[in-house]
Amino acid sequence: MPDISSLSLSFDKVTMTFPDGTEALLDVSFSVGPNEFVSVVGPSGCGKSTLLNIASGLLEPTSGSVEIADTSMGYIFQDPTLLPWRTVLRNVELLCELHQIPKEERRKRAKEAINLVGLKGFEKHFPKALSGGMKMRTSLARTLTLHPRVFLFDEPFGSLDEITREKLNDETQLLFQKEGFSSLFITHSISEAVFLSTKVYVMSDRPGRIVAEFDIPFDYPRAPQQRFNPNFAEICGEISNTLRGVDRD
Amino acid sequence: MTEDIDQGFHKSEKGAFKTTSPFHRFRLFISNLFPPAIFGSLIIGVWYLVSYGILDESRRFLLQPPHRVLTNGFLDWGGRDGMGEMLQSLWSSTKVAGIGLFFAILVGFLLAVIMSQAVAVEKALFPYLVTLQAIPILAVVPLIMFWWGSGQTSRVVVCILISLFPIIVNTLFGLQSAEKDMHALFTLHNANRFTRLRKLMLPAALPAIFAGLRISAGLSVIGAIVGDFFFGKGEVGLGQLIKRFSSELQGEELLTAVILSSVLGVAVFLLFTWIQNKAIGRWSDRADLIS
Repeated sequence: MPDISSLSLSFDKVTMTFPDGTEALLDVSFSVGPNEFVSVVGPSGCGKSTLLNIASGLLEPTSGSVEIADTSMGYIFQDPTLLPWRTVLRNVELLCELHQIPKEERRKRAKEAINLVGLKGFEKHFPKALSGGMKMRTSLARTLTLHPRVFLFDEPFGSLDEITREKLNDETQLLFQKEGFSSLFITHSISEAVFLSTKVYVMSDRPGRIVAEFDIPFDYPRAPQQRFNPNFAEICGEISNTLRGVDRD
Repeated sequence: MTEDIDQGFHKSEKGAFKTTSPFHRFRLFISNLFPPAIFGSLIIGVWYLVSYGILDESRRFLLQPPHRVLTNGFLDWGGRDGMGEMLQSLWSSTKVAGIGLFFAILVGFLLAVIMSQAVAVEKALFPYLVTLQAIPILAVVPLIMFWWGSGQTSRVVVCILISLFPIIVNTLFGLQSAEKDMHALFTLHNANRFTRLRKLMLPAALPAIFAGLRISAGLSVIGAIVGDFFFGKGEVGLGQLIKRFSSELQGEELLTAVILSSVLGVAVFLLFTWIQNKAIGRWSDRADLIS
């Protein structure tokens, strides 16, 4: 067992049973080290999102514990969760507002974050005028303003089209390299997981258990064409085989 | 990355172009105006048919033809029953509706906010609000007269009773409309109850609040006229006029007063639609915004 203090996030024998008897997670143990990008892939409804809800403190596990090294944590939801009555700039400022960061500072941070996700020039747009990809970028920028050391991603690009999704994957990976945060990324796209991560865990059908672990050896930054590299395809294939073994459908 | 943004940009530009081109707007205007204009002419035609074709002269007072309503009603300004008096009554009813609506908004909004903050309060109040809404206003008129007499206060009370419910229900529904994940976002960042209410629940409720306001504004006009119909003390409003014209068989004046009442209702509705579009039109994508 590695020293917990050097880890950004660690799950220790986490089990989650909901009041209605649904067993979401069973004895889940793994950790995310500093500057690690960890993805969890698994069949739908295997309790992947529950994992994030527990990590963020939104849910208490039935048993087991979660250690998180830093309190600054960014949560990227499945939906962009933008406030439709706020412009891009004001949406990005929201979290700083909630943390009572003075106006000048929060505007500065918001503008930096907007530039970082490539939304310069769209500060005054309302969410209804943005495409799905741009909404997600706004959501990313909003989280970046707090400079969290740990990012929790809950299938953030699942509802986007393939092209936009790949672009956002490219950029997320660049951001990861630039900002040096740790990530726990939930997805059911194998290629997305392999492209982004340093490590991929495979989760079984409900109750979710970690059944396999894959180290991804590629260096960052990863070029988009990495996806067509034979090694890349091989790893994807192995993960896919493992998943097929655990998915009862 | 830039391609993605460019796409979005062109999309919104095109969208804007579509609605601002003068030619397009003109065509839209005509195509919106034409069907109601035709239907309106049809109604006037049927009206004439009934006045002259179906009713004989001795019974024509039941439905005077449109031009007589115009000359004897709208264009007759002199003395008792003239347009001057009618406009005064219109103003009196407008005041009652305005005051009633103001209190209905105040009470309804506060109640809805309290109910949104405490489920117990919501559960406690809701059945009684539904009951209150279900009581026919006629049944409580004697009670209102008993408690507040038959002056302005009673008229305002009728207004409040009629227009309160949609404000409460819509405001409450709106306050509860923010998505679960948005609440989770506020929870993750330790937002307190007041911040959550001010920055999330209230703005999220605005479209529903305006929907409620528009319904209630129309109802408050009905309340003012119904109230005025029953409570005759003090200023004469449209309800009193309608009652008098009907008992004195003044068909033209009666129809004029009825038309004035509906004009007031429509005007109030349009006013709130306008305020709504000013307030939330820029960001709300609700389809029922009338521009």
